[in-house]
Amino acid sequence: MTNSIREIAGANFILAIGTNTTESHPIISLQAKKAKRNGATLVVADPRRTEMAELADIHMQLNSGSDIALLNAMANVIISEELWNKDFVANRTEDFEALKQTVAKYTPEYAAEITGVPAETIREVARGYARAKNATILYTMGVTQHICGTHNVFAVANLAMLCGHIGKESSGVNPLRGQNNVQGACDMGALPNVYTGYQPVTLEENRAKFAKVWNVGELPAKPGLTVGEMMEGAADGRVKAMYIMGENPVLSDPDSDHVVHALEKLEFLVVQDIFLTETAALADVVLPAASFAEKDGTFSNTERRVQRVRKAIDPVGDAKADWQIICDVATAMGYPMQYASASDIFDEIARLTPSYAGISYARLEQGGIQWPCPSADHPGTPYLHKDKFVRGLGKFNPVEYIPPAEQPDQDYPFVLSTGRRHFHYHTGTMTQRTGALEVHYGAEHLEINPLDAADLGVVDGDTVRVKSRRGQVEVKARLTDVVPRGLVFTSFHFPEVAINKLTNPARDPVAKIPELKVCAVKVEKAS
Amino acid sequence: MAEVTLTINGISVTVPKGTTVLDAARQAGIFIPTFCHDPELTRFGACRMCVVEIPGMRNLPASCVTEATDGMVVHTDSPAVIEARKTILELMLANHPMDCLTCGKNGDCRLQDYAYLYGVKTEPFGGEKHNYPVENDNPFIVRDMNKCILCGKCVRACAEIQGKSIVDFAYRGFDAKITPAMDVPLSESECVFCGNCVAVCPVGALQEKGLRSAARTWEVKKVKTTCPYCGTGCSFELNVKDNRVVGVTSCDGDVNGRALCAKGRFGYGFIHHPDRLTTPLVKKNGKFVKATWEEAISLVAQKLGAVKDKYGSDALAVLSSARCTNEENYLMQKFTRAVLGTNNIDHCARL
Amino acid sequence: MSYVSLTINGIKISVPKGTTVLDAAREAGVFIPTFCHDPDIPRFGACRICVVEIPGMRNLPASCVTEATEGMEVYTESPAVVEARKTILELLLANHPQDCLTCEKNGDCRLQDYAFRYGVKESGFKGERKNYPLDDSNPYIIRDANKCILCGRCVRTCNAIPERSVIDFGYRGFNTKIVTAMDTPLGESDCVYCGRCVTVCPVGALTWKPLTGKGRVWELTRQEVTCTFCDSGCTFEVLSKDGKNIGVVPKTPGNGRPLCLKGRLGLELKYLDDPPAPQLKKGDEFVQVSWGEALGLEDILSKLSKDK
Ligand code: SF4
Ligand code: SF4
Ligand code: SF4
Ligand code: SF4
Ligand code: SF4
Ligand code: SF4
Ligand code: FES
Ligand code: FES
Repeated sequence: MTNSIREIAGANFILAIGTNTTESHPIISLQAKKAKRNGATLVVADPRRTEMAELADIHMQLNSGSDIALLNAMANVIISEELWNKDFVANRTEDFEALKQTVAKYTPEYAAEITGVPAETIREVARGYARAKNATILYTMGVTQHICGTHNVFAVANLAMLCGHIGKESSGVNPLRGQNNVQGACDMGALPNVYTGYQPVTLEENRAKFAKVWNVGELPAKPGLTVGEMMEGAADGRVKAMYIMGENPVLSDPDSDHVVHALEKLEFLVVQDIFLTETAALADVVLPAASFAEKDGTFSNTERRVQRVRKAIDPVGDAKADWQIICDVATAMGYPMQYASASDIFDEIARLTPSYAGISYARLEQGGIQWPCPSADHPGTPYLHKDKFVRGLGKFNPVEYIPPAEQPDQDYPFVLSTGRRHFHYHTGTMTQRTGALEVHYGAEHLEINPLDAADLGVVDGDTVRVKSRRGQVEVKARLTDVVPRGLVFTSFHFPEVAINKLTNPARDPVAKIPELKVCAVKVEKAS
Repeated sequence: MAEVTLTINGISVTVPKGTTVLDAARQAGIFIPTFCHDPELTRFGACRMCVVEIPGMRNLPASCVTEATDGMVVHTDSPAVIEARKTILELMLANHPMDCLTCGKNGDCRLQDYAYLYGVKTEPFGGEKHNYPVENDNPFIVRDMNKCILCGKCVRACAEIQGKSIVDFAYRGFDAKITPAMDVPLSESECVFCGNCVAVCPVGALQEKGLRSAARTWEVKKVKTTCPYCGTGCSFELNVKDNRVVGVTSCDGDVNGRALCAKGRFGYGFIHHPDRLTTPLVKKNGKFVKATWEEAISLVAQKLGAVKDKYGSDALAVLSSARCTNEENYLMQKFTRAVLGTNNIDHCARL
Repeated sequence: MSYVSLTINGIKISVPKGTTVLDAAREAGVFIPTFCHDPDIPRFGACRICVVEIPGMRNLPASCVTEATEGMEVYTESPAVVEARKTILELLLANHPQDCLTCEKNGDCRLQDYAFRYGVKESGFKGERKNYPLDDSNPYIIRDANKCILCGRCVRTCNAIPERSVIDFGYRGFNTKIVTAMDTPLGESDCVYCGRCVTVCPVGALTWKPLTGKGRVWELTRQEVTCTFCDSGCTFEVLSKDGKNIGVVPKTPGNGRPLCLKGRLGLELKYLDDPPAPQLKKGDEFVQVSWGEALGLEDILSKLSKDK
């Protein structure tokens, strides 16, 4: 996020795109509700009529995957009505002309056809956004889980720069991260192309710096494989062995059957987790890890705040903290890796990572710190891009709308979209075993519009078979007008409804995020 | 900012104009008991436990809603004040079930604290008691309206922190009660079981079901940590008894204050679930068998080493985790790059 | 020494012959509740909260007085055992004042602990209540006979010092009560206020008067100290709240440790931030005395002051 969570309450205008905030980020939604109580305008763009949409002043019920058309049309209105922030565009950005040209054809009327949102509504929202004193855009997987995910993000950034709604308190572009430490995993360089703090592996000087501290001769220069490419590599034999820590790609990644097939082909698979997940079951060796309550460490949240995780109890059984296990494996492979505590590891991170340089466990005792925090006396950074973008001038990246990779057709007439539920989390390994959450919300269902259901002869509670070109699952139908006609929705929290057997692994070419939000399916009553 | 200076129990205090007498007293380190006041919620001024004596004012004003003015003289512990507080407590206790014996809030209950502080005892069969059934039909929250002192904090927390307004005052007089609309149980309302009402309840009327039946308040050790679920990064305290996590309570988080969602507050049960892996497993003839750490680690090291030697570093790939700590992700990429010699590292959730 | 092996809740354990089932269970890390049992004083076996199930034995025997034998099988939390304990607790609570709200023992009371553990709530209106007056006739110990569960530990610990033996059981049936000779208040008895009885009382029937209203047990921190007045080496605890030392209480009287008032007062003077003035009984009255007199040091002190 460019801004802090608490700053959301100070916004005058909130545009929430593809985020069912009350369900997947309940505490962040409280800030949006607070802003609304303070008089802010809330606009929600979502194909479903979610609780957030119910709260909104305006709900733009757009067609799945049509975000770029909508955002470009807003830019079109703002430019043609001369509502853009001329100072900001002149002093802080470049390539405005390119944007202007690209969005020229996205008139509200044109966009209305693609998105299904009335042209007048697009105009009204564009004006409201442009004129607001502080405007913030919130988005989640609803925006990124598309083949055009990266472009969606560009389109969002273009809009914010156009109106100068970035680089100040309560104004910005705010992706809400789904998992507790996605931010941290990225910050720490658990990515194929960068070290910690997004330092590219392709730069000689970075490699030299890390090689020195890590005490190795040379580090590989070629960017590695992304998760999708690893699975392809495993399937076609280029990847022979994998080490998976705390992830369950069999359930979380698209096209589960393909993932299982790929992992089975490996010569060796080691999985380290707290439960015997669907993925761990395929492993040759399973290593028992400690849960968050059993170890020390830090998480970095979606607003870049580094916070402490503290050991409350001893690991259950013979489980060990993941960091200790990694050290043991490295040492056994002839690379002595030894740390007395998590704090020592953190000090090494700080030494190698400019944005974390000023953070230490001692400082974190006083509370979390938001990076960049370059020195021990730096207070941390609540919002980014204050006087200048990281690259200097903000560059407009004009993008064109492209339809989702898989469109509904005769055989697969419905769009299936997936998401999260309030009472559950990710693939359910934790929330299905709490003795409380799963008791309250114990079974998944498929949301389907009552009119569609009537056509299929399905009534509430019927078991239906949902089929895509890749797989099928059976699930109980829930008739609700939260979803419009033609759209069905469910979550991926329940192993018994392994919805990722159906989803499309088509990926965004840049960020490599799969298109989990749109795939074509057919729904039929199970006999 | 304009400031005012007042005297509280003989101590001179200077505070910004607009400060309440209660906040001024707290700033001066002087204790005033409160039931209905909460710094995060709108002022209510209903319980009158916080009364003080201010010469010149008629009656004893409630300090939580009285603004400090220049030259004001305040007594927080005068005989009249103590008398008033005792009376309030006696009235509350007259129809309170005397249930501390097994009450989950025993030891962390304001009614009890203040009764002890002011030495208020009740007649065992004092006033008329309510006889509401205890609401215990959802897996998260136990509501016992017999113990409710009608401070209204849950009503305000639900509306102002959670933005839901599930519960409100209903009925009148002796029958006044906090309920969801139509007096249904929470499980039949739109309640999302965030438990933020539980976190503010000063007595045992609202309790966390698991925590309060697993341990008495004085038995637990509290450890502040960060939620393992979504990317918001809420802070909370793990409540630990005998090396087991028995519950979660709110603390003052940088991000969330005391607010939590159902996952954070009630989703800790997986920690001690019997399905937890407690020993390394090695697959032999298609079946997992238990192994020692030494066996498992040396097997992993040997197999990864063999693949590296035979096919080269890029035949190895590693998935790190958005659930693990920064330190662990750091070490995993260090291991991948420095030991395995490849950049084939990613994690699943680029989301 | 010969050993016997038995299983408790499926756990196998070997103990010296003569060990009670209770001690064997504790050795195995298995919890059994007790009221009347005291490791330092002879077996009593009256409260029956410590019952266990031993297949082949009639009824449920009290584990604190049952000897472990070879091959014995013991179940400490079987449904029958839990049922029996609940019944005992219900009976105790039926005529117990519902006073935890302000009771000094709240948080360190076995009756409460076990009621919580076994989920026993008192239904409120049944059971005849006792209505004994509170005995706070002396400056040190408060006796609330209404809260007494008649476990007899106070009697046995007092009688363990032959020249004391101040209290005993009196009356019968529902009226049974712990009494001094002639059932006078403690202040009028031969009590020496050593507080042995207070340290062993499992409930709030005997409490420390100087600590009344000073703090709840969970708010206090404790530091162990040893008295040096005589050779007995009795141990005490200094209690503090919010960084202030507010009281000294004896620890359970161990083997041959008599505990005495003088020792406790001396430690109060030594450790407390604000020691209460000592009082001694003169004739029938308690009167405030100087520290020198309270500690029996008057001669020495006057000699020291003459020397100056
Ligand atoms: S709410 Fe407080 S006073 Fe009431 S029974 Fe529970 S602990 Fe006692
Ligand atoms: S649990 Fe949350 S939603 Fe439910 S009544 Fe309490 S505050 Fe309101
Ligand atoms: S339930 Fe608790 S918070 Fe709500 S009014 Fe009653 S006492 Fe106050
Ligand atoms: S408590 Fe809820 S909102 Fe907060 S971090 Fe945990 S899962 Fe997210
Ligand atoms: S006064 Fe205490 S120790 Fe003595 S019999 Fe009664 S409960 Fe037992
Ligand atoms: S003796 Fe125990 S059960 Fe009885 S009132 Fe005191 S604390 Fe409660
Ligand atoms: S706390 Fe002031 S009136 Fe309740
Ligand atoms: S403890 Fe065994 S009978 Fe009382």
